[in-house]
Amino acid sequence: MSDLTRLSASALASLIASREVSAVEVATAHLDRIAAVDDRVNAFLHVDRSGALEAAEAVDRGEITGPLAGVPIAVKDVVTTKGVPTTAASKILEGWKPPYDATIVERLKRAGMPILGKTNMDEFAMGSSTEYSAYGPTNNPWDLGRIPGGSGGGSAAALAAYEAPLAIGTDTGGSIRQPGAVTGTVGAKPTYGGTSRYGLIAFSSSLDTPGPCARTVEDTALLHAVIAGHDPRDSTSIQQPVPDVVAAARLGATGDLTGVKLGLVKEFAGDGSEPGVVAAFRESVEALVKLGAEIVEVSCPHFQYALPAYYLIAPSEASSNLARFDGVRYGLRTGDDGSRSLEEVMSLTREAGFGPEVKRRIIIGTYALSSGYYDAYYGQAQKVRTLITRDFQAAFEQVDVLISPTTPFVAFPFGSRTSDPYQMYLADLFTIPTNLYGGPAISVPCGLSEGLPVGFQIMAPTMADDRMYRVAAALESAVGTFTPPAL
Amino acid sequence: MAAISREEVAHLARLSRLAVTEEELDRFAGQLDVILQSVARVGEVAAEDIPPTSHSVPLTNVYRDDVPVPSLTQDEALSGAPDAYEGRFRVPRILDEEE
Repeated sequence: MSDLTRLSASALASLIASREVSAVEVATAHLDRIAAVDDRVNAFLHVDRSGALEAAEAVDRGEITGPLAGVPIAVKDVVTTKGVPTTAASKILEGWKPPYDATIVERLKRAGMPILGKTNMDEFAMGSSTEYSAYGPTNNPWDLGRIPGGSGGGSAAALAAYEAPLAIGTDTGGSIRQPGAVTGTVGAKPTYGGTSRYGLIAFSSSLDTPGPCARTVEDTALLHAVIAGHDPRDSTSIQQPVPDVVAAARLGATGDLTGVKLGLVKEFAGDGSEPGVVAAFRESVEALVKLGAEIVEVSCPHFQYALPAYYLIAPSEASSNLARFDGVRYGLRTGDDGSRSLEEVMSLTREAGFGPEVKRRIIIGTYALSSGYYDAYYGQAQKVRTLITRDFQAAFEQVDVLISPTTPFVAFPFGSRTSDPYQMYLADLFTIPTNLYGGPAISVPCGLSEGLPVGFQIMAPTMADDRMYRVAAALESAVGTFTPPAL
Repeated sequence: MAAISREEVAHLARLSRLAVTEEELDRFAGQLDVILQSVARVGEVAAEDIPPTSHSVPLTNVYRDDVPVPSLTQDEALSGAPDAYEGRFRVPRILDEEE
């Protein structure tokens, strides 16, 4: 079959389970597709052909069964994979092979899912375009001259280019949802603590959340169910049952939202979204109303401070987390000629190994945490975080979920936002509040603007991930899915 | 008024163990000034009596059971080291020779 790469994960799983196709055929079809198109897309930093085929053979031998057994997957390069290069798209980790698997990778392996390779991203997940990858940007399959979003642009582009049916992302301020939006794919950020951070190369530990990416809402839910759940190796992992996201997605797909209350955030209305984004969003809201949903306007007065608070909290945590890259235990070491001190070697190593956005954030974080500035910046940002959380809690007393566009603009051309870093930060205007609160959110394609995909965001209360899947699947049933032009 | 000077950026880079170049200092000083002026907006919020949130999960002091489990072997732990010597990480000198 030549069209295996076009099928959903759920369809592939059925074909493999009924032995109509083998897992090896499915893996091979995707590996061949990667070989054919990835020189143009650059979604992958590393392809693990032999590892993927070995895992597929185990499924074909009947050693592993399960809802996604044999369905291949791409994994963002910030997630450790034992013996397979993991760089976080940084020069400082070039060639590093982790000695252990992340918990979510262990779960993928246990589910019999062949890992095709590691996907491109902004260095250490800092960015909204993949232009900050040390290995060159990923190109958006909708228009190769435009960004695929970030930081998880490689995972999203791999889906849109039919190089993989499923992918893993991580979302600290929107790094799953914004790439999903601009590539016409689905991406979900689970409740913080709902998926394990063990084996994620840490960026901002109080915000980092791994999650599922796919081309359909049901596939996203199926993957969510595989990776979610308590992990004793992550001290912020939640000890509660995972909401039944798969059942919720299937319920939503019936297209009935009678009695569901959707909250429109008043403060998001005037926030500089492109007209085409606003138009696609409004049409989708009308479609949801036709399915029986009720629209309620809610006020979240502190959301306007989410972006500033995030760009203090995340860099502060990053400046601490990235101290581990010191040229001692792993990765690059530069300038060790026998004459230089440890401190000099460390400084030269970090200078050579980190790219400009990572350096900017380390410096901002160091500033925000310094004595004299701590209360005004980091301390104040943490208080604002409390107020944003209270805004969410008050809103969820009135409505079931909140809705907004995922990002204010469609995929932009390369180079258009790199000279002024703050312009890049604006891509995450609508996604960041959720990260500060810790709740789940999903981006689902809702239309096109000038031929480019627009994403619709649904935000739910903490540990009510199922609610957003229901609404997302209902929207998908009304507006359909979106296919990029042939590569 | 600038929120941050070139000299401050140089100082912060030293604290961060980043041997930045003169050219980077010129570029970063302007960019960081724009970013810091924007994020300083958090100061507009009246929040004196508001408790800070460090974390969205209300958990403190999560301990594991005190049971030994297998960990990385010495070889595995050293497998990514830029330099190792007799089962240990080898580092450049830490003290000056005269100390």
